[in-house]
Amino acid sequence: MKKFRAMAFVLCAAILHCSVSAAPLQPPHMPQFRFENFTTANGLPNNHVFAVLVDGDRVWAGTEDGLAVYENHAWKTYTTADGLAHRAVLSLALDKRTGDVWAGTMGGLSRVSGGRIDSFTQLNSGLSNDVVYGVSVENESVWVATAAGACRLNLRTGSWSLYNERNTPMVEIWAYGVSATPTKVYYAIWGSGLLEYDQATGRWDKYDDPDGENEMVLFKDQGLIHEIVTSVSYVDNIVWAATYFGASRYDGRYWHNFLTKDSGLPSNFINQVKGVDARRAWFSTDKGLAYYDGVNWAVYRPSLKDGKPEMTVRDAQGAVSAVPVTTAPAHNYVLGIDFDGDDIWVATAKGLSHGIRQKQ
Amino acid sequence: MTGSHKRAGRVAQLAVLPLLWIALAASVLWPVPGVEARQQLEREPSASYASPLELLFSPHGERLYVLCQGSDEIRVLDAVSYTVIKRIPVGHIPRGFSLSPDGARLFVTNSWDDTLSVIDTASLAVVATWPVGAEPSSVVEDLAGKRLFVANRISNDVAVLNAETGAEDKRLPAGRGASYLELSPDGARLYATHVYPNPSPYRTAPESEITVIDVARAVVVDRIPLHGIAGVFRATFSTDGRLGAVAEYHPKNLVTLAHLEHGGAFEDTITLFGADVGHTVEVPLDELERFASQPFGVAIAPDKSRIYVTSGGSEMVTVIDVPRLMRYIHAHPAPFVTDLSASANYVVSRIAVGLNPRGLAVTRDGGRLFVANRLDDTIDVINTRSNRVTATIKLDGPSSVSALRHGEQTFYTARYSFQGQIGCANCHIDSTFDGLQWNLEPDGFGRNIVDNKLIEGIKGTEPYKWTGTNPNIPTECGPRTEKYFWRSENYDDLTLADLTVYIRSLNPRPNRWKLPGYELTRAQEQGKAIFERSVDKFNKPIPESNRCVFCHSGPKGTNQKLSDVGTKKALDNPGLFKSPPLTNIALTAPYLHDGSARTLEEIWTIYNPQDRHGRTNDLAKDELNDLIEYLRTR
Repeated sequence: MKKFRAMAFVLCAAILHCSVSAAPLQPPHMPQFRFENFTTANGLPNNHVFAVLVDGDRVWAGTEDGLAVYENHAWKTYTTADGLAHRAVLSLALDKRTGDVWAGTMGGLSRVSGGRIDSFTQLNSGLSNDVVYGVSVENESVWVATAAGACRLNLRTGSWSLYNERNTPMVEIWAYGVSATPTKVYYAIWGSGLLEYDQATGRWDKYDDPDGENEMVLFKDQGLIHEIVTSVSYVDNIVWAATYFGASRYDGRYWHNFLTKDSGLPSNFINQVKGVDARRAWFSTDKGLAYYDGVNWAVYRPSLKDGKPEMTVRDAQGAVSAVPVTTAPAHNYVLGIDFDGDDIWVATAKGLSHGIRQKQ
Repeated sequence: MTGSHKRAGRVAQLAVLPLLWIALAASVLWPVPGVEARQQLEREPSASYASPLELLFSPHGERLYVLCQGSDEIRVLDAVSYTVIKRIPVGHIPRGFSLSPDGARLFVTNSWDDTLSVIDTASLAVVATWPVGAEPSSVVEDLAGKRLFVANRISNDVAVLNAETGAEDKRLPAGRGASYLELSPDGARLYATHVYPNPSPYRTAPESEITVIDVARAVVVDRIPLHGIAGVFRATFSTDGRLGAVAEYHPKNLVTLAHLEHGGAFEDTITLFGADVGHTVEVPLDELERFASQPFGVAIAPDKSRIYVTSGGSEMVTVIDVPRLMRYIHAHPAPFVTDLSASANYVVSRIAVGLNPRGLAVTRDGGRLFVANRLDDTIDVINTRSNRVTATIKLDGPSSVSALRHGEQTFYTARYSFQGQIGCANCHIDSTFDGLQWNLEPDGFGRNIVDNKLIEGIKGTEPYKWTGTNPNIPTECGPRTEKYFWRSENYDDLTLADLTVYIRSLNPRPNRWKLPGYELTRAQEQGKAIFERSVDKFNKPIPESNRCVFCHSGPKGTNQKLSDVGTKKALDNPGLFKSPPLTNIALTAPYLHDGSARTLEEIWTIYNPQDRHGRTNDLAKDELNDLIEYLRTR
């Protein structure tokens, strides 16, 4: 028996040794950035940046103290004095047809159009609740996620449609995020899974964590990773869902879940997910910004140990390598990301970061 | 009005005078039956009058296109002989038109049937009629001939259409009551104006804008603010694109409307913008004793020497010397809009023209100015060197002035008010409303702020005034108006009767929230059930007097009675207000007697804490939304 144990130990050690030595000397090429950070020191109205939106040559930042727009190397801030519904801007969306920007705030929904701000609140309009966590524009509909359910503003008629526990499978009405496309609209519901609206049939469907409302994962990839869904992104017929307990990818038939223990996610506490396409996605977590290219992972952040800029890459075999960098996002606590082209813009708890793509 | 036409009108009126005296004698005792008698004298419906509203020259100037709003047609005139080449029927109540850049197509917006007529200018025939947005009021094609832009008055937006197919691509949010479009000479920017003020906080100065659209991208890129302005009409540019101008009303609704002789109720102004002035400059047109009431059309001479402005209420064209104006502006950088002596420094002529002049057009050489006189069916031709009317083109139509027509003329003219300052149409733009709240003297200085209401469909909804103190329209529009508004001559009995006939004839415009066939959506059905319910959500009976349908009963949504719905403010004298009609209620924000509710929602979310304005506090948010969806169909 002792002999058998010794052989097993040697075998395991050999396997482990092989796996380490089999790791490539060079980590996979993942996008590298030079980060330029914006704070109150260089024009941002507040360092708490909840959301960011790239709109051509303009970048919009939803902060705790107003809606800031960066254009021609200068910041301009819209406040409640300009008509903004509330100083704290939680979410942003662009109407690509009209160029209007929609801002979800702690006190209503605002539209910025040609410099004019029109605000919709639960008192002056059909908006279901003033706390607007998410907003998404598709064609002539503005889809809104609020603390009291989902709603939709028809821009043609001005009519509001409210969606809640009375007319959808929604159990909790705390809608945290929304992603609207011509075919499907997905809502991230905090405590009630993922809600799906079919634009063709007008029907709602719901996706729940098969394990119920707990943090256990009995069977991997069985379904949505958790009921507390914070963000959703629907792109190329793929659903990317973020929760406070991991992330999920759904292709309409199969689920694939991501946890720190079996992926490159730096944390299971995810504030936002934004899909690039069917394979690639960005994850905003409380421990840095993560990028997934369908196989490999990269994490960008100030080091959790010493705060120095850090970039790590995890390959398909799980080998993690450090990539030397000199810059990093402004903070580890990342709340949002947006991109248009190669560059990225990152909203963090202590500033807004512009990631300028570096040639490799 | 030309002399011959005035005479024709007078002859017609004299011919019916004996009958009218009988009717008016009866009206002393029964004012409304007197009006009915006057209505029975109607021989020619108002719609048969041409009512020219807008003018347009063909690219080479050989034709003059005339938009005839009253007869629903475009008339094509020879620009030299003024003979009619063709009369082209279009949709109902056309309001705006423009030529394609190559002149091959003429686009016409038909405001009451929500269509766009496309006329081939070679065959002078309508070749297409496209459905467009709610109350389309003007149209412009881009220089590339790819896109059409249409201003929709009711939906407050500018629609972007495919110029070949008419298919709508998108709508851009504009100002409230978006109505008029003007393309910059280089074709890069489109400027939209709107006839009602944008929403603003209660009892603050009205705010308007010029919406600036990037034509290539078809997005709104700027909004030029017009502070204190409510009612912006036509815009124009100099040929070099460096000077823009819009015609507008500047109301004084934050002070008591007490004495026209002590400051007046409106300033009549234009606002200049563009590179020549650098920033917006508001320029008064008025002068003591000579007000330019209801500015509408504006044009700049090809050599930029003159600006011409029509004033619909004052029946004149104001001629501004541009170099003198520029010198004055640069010498007086501070706002001078309230200075009645200012215009003497740059206004070089005030030319009397026909009734209710609106659109105007300058010939390519700048030598002649054509003015469309909407309410006497004429076009005045002005020699721009002498500033004199050298010809008046009479458009075919009824030979006499009917009672209805006379009433309409009375409604728009400012001649009855002190110094000719205002007319009914100042506050009832295009016979509707103005979106403003006023403080009227008879209620007490600083007391009883009242929201101005839509007058379409008010026949049969008496009493009038929010406090219900006027039993009928003749009282509302006669002694009360003369005493408290005009401060000048009284209407004669005939004129008052005709004015009443006109106001009673104003039918509501089509309701755009109703589905075809007047079916209701599910939300509207649910809202209707709430509107008519007799028990609340807890199965408690709602007292009859506190049901929506009790006060807002009947086809027009009013029981014509006074109620206390808990909306009395500290500065209101009474607490009883007349239940207002619900006719096209979706269009007429703000709400309540004083306009304190900016939206329909606020009536109940803010101003009904005790459930005295109907039982509503048991409703969930989506149920309140349903109720509002139903109200929009009224």
